Amino acid sequence: MKIRTLIGLIATTTLLASGPMALATEKVYIPMISKGFQHQFWQAVKAGADKAAAEFDIEITFEGPDNETMVDRQIDMLAAALAKKPTALGFAALDSQAAIPLLRQAKRAGIPVIAFDSGVESSIPLSTAATDNKAAAALAADKMAHHIGGKGQVAVVAHDQTSRTGIDRRDGFLERIKSKYPEIRVVSVQYGGGDQLKSTELTKAILTANPGLNGIFGTNEGSAVGVVNGVSEMGAKGVVIIGYDSGTAQKAAVRSGLMAGAITQNPVGIGYETVKAALLASQGKKVPTDIDTGFYYYDASNMDNPEIAAVLYD
Amino acid sequence: MNTLAQVKKPSLLSHIVATGTHQRLLAFASLILLLFGFSIASPNFMQTSNMIAILQATSVNGVLAVAATLVIITGGIDLSVGTLMTFCAVMAGVVLTYAGMPLPFGVLASICMGALAGLVSGSLVAKMKIPPFIATLGMMLILKGLSLVISDTRPIYFNDTEGFDLISRGSLIGEIFPSLPIPNGVLILFLVAIIASYILNRTLLGRYTFALGSNEEAVRLSGVNVDAWKMGIYALAGGICGIAGLLIASRLNSAQPALGLGYELEAIAAVVIGGTSLAGGRGTIMGTIIGALIMAVLINGLRVLSVAQEWQTIVTGVIIILAVYTDMMRKRKK
Repeated sequence: MKIRTLIGLIATTTLLASGPMALATEKVYIPMISKGFQHQFWQAVKAGADKAAAEFDIEITFEGPDNETMVDRQIDMLAAALAKKPTALGFAALDSQAAIPLLRQAKRAGIPVIAFDSGVESSIPLSTAATDNKAAAALAADKMAHHIGGKGQVAVVAHDQTSRTGIDRRDGFLERIKSKYPEIRVVSVQYGGGDQLKSTELTKAILTANPGLNGIFGTNEGSAVGVVNGVSEMGAKGVVIIGYDSGTAQKAAVRSGLMAGAITQNPVGIGYETVKAALLASQGKKVPTDIDTGFYYYDASNMDNPEIAAVLYD
Repeated sequence: MNTLAQVKKPSLLSHIVATGTHQRLLAFASLILLLFGFSIASPNFMQTSNMIAILQATSVNGVLAVAATLVIITGGIDLSVGTLMTFCAVMAGVVLTYAGMPLPFGVLASICMGALAGLVSGSLVAKMKIPPFIATLGMMLILKGLSLVISDTRPIYFNDTEGFDLISRGSLIGEIFPSLPIPNGVLILFLVAIIASYILNRTLLGRYTFALGSNEEAVRLSGVNVDAWKMGIYALAGGICGIAGLLIASRLNSAQPALGLGYELEAIAAVVIGGTSLAGGRGTIMGTIIGALIMAVLINGLRVLSVAQEWQTIVTGVIIILAVYTDMMRKRKK
């Protein structure tokens, strides 16, 4: 009985799996190894990659570890992707150094690599499709200054102090405030790990310590939603909130006016441009070293414009 | 107190051999079937490089699973194996990168800190009578926090330690047989498995491990110092986690302080697929290794077949339940 169960299982697995393979052998195949999978941001990147795949009639797969600490799992995914002898590869490294041996292997096998979302510190990727996070955060600083009238106290709730995006968004904001708005003082920069609940608690602590606070910048979806929750739980009035990325909760906050506005990256564009660059590179065509996938500022007034609505995700 | 060991020995041993063989055969057959199935489904699966990738993916989880097996056989559970691994990797980083000491000190630091942390878990369980689930849950969080504090939440790189990357990535076998570049990490996994298997089946510590899991009270009543033996097992498991810490740090050429949560569950999954009973008193290292291989083959195979990631996790879950179910059915028939 047990043997039969096992055989049944194997057969199911095989059937389940061999379907897509039959198609895949004919087509150009580009695996995308991402930093994550289940967050809405990554699903939006995947949607962009799928769009490019449909447009150019190629096969893609999209995989990433359960969370952004699982560096070794990402390496295993990269190894499995290379075993499939892909035409080209899209890769968003959690830790560039750890991936170097496999990237070298890809290079030896003549598989072009395109980095996405954040750069890979290596000369192997031919191109990087990413948001200019520093410029985007500087725009957030401008919007903040505009809303609070160019003077007062602001705070930053950032997602972390180690990742490239965390550092760039924090510094982009702080540097712009320092260079352009001498009458605005940044009273606190705290890190909530992008966790909504933690960011909520942080925000409440910041508000308690600084009752005269005029504005808070949340540097990613979880941070921004946490800031909104913290401000409403404290019942604080007149605090301008600027967020980053989108998602259902953040979009609702912008629409209702709780949040003044937010920066959105173009995750769909990141996915699309990565696949496109990978395809071009595999055909031996030249691709630019940096592909700026762009960013927008949105608020209640423009979030329904087709151009903006297309890059916001739920 | 010797009488217990003598009286128990024949019945226990025959018990282990009988159940062990069956379960191992069943698990081994499923492994072969999986390999066979994936080979037919995809021409890219059965290549040397992919087989090596699978073995390499097994190495860390396999070593952790061996550690978890020892504790589970005593009727306990160790939820701290994943973060303890990270903690040991960070300690190796402190010794090698921060203090600039030579490689052997780093290896020693990692294994000793692992054993020490294991000893602490063991004392919490044995002396303070805290249930193993709670004691190791606490240790899991403490060790995670310590790793972050000690490393200042940043990865520690081993660029200055000559030969550190060879622990996991180098290949002794490959130097002898160039066509078979099996990484040292895999070699270390099998060495750890053989040694743990020897300890379990051929030493007094091993015999008491099974005895504790079967009937702790009987062992205690026969005058055995149960607490000391239990702490010994947790310390041994901790030391093995130290080896896993070295393997993962070497593979990533860095100690990643945030990593580790979730690894304990995968290790425990490998243990139960391999036929070790969570109730204690029964289990084999060989079974655990096969369990870890089954998980690695399954995940790799599904990836090579481009099965969507959502489905990969579902299939893994189904396999865990099926493996334990078939084991239970077999036992019930007896």
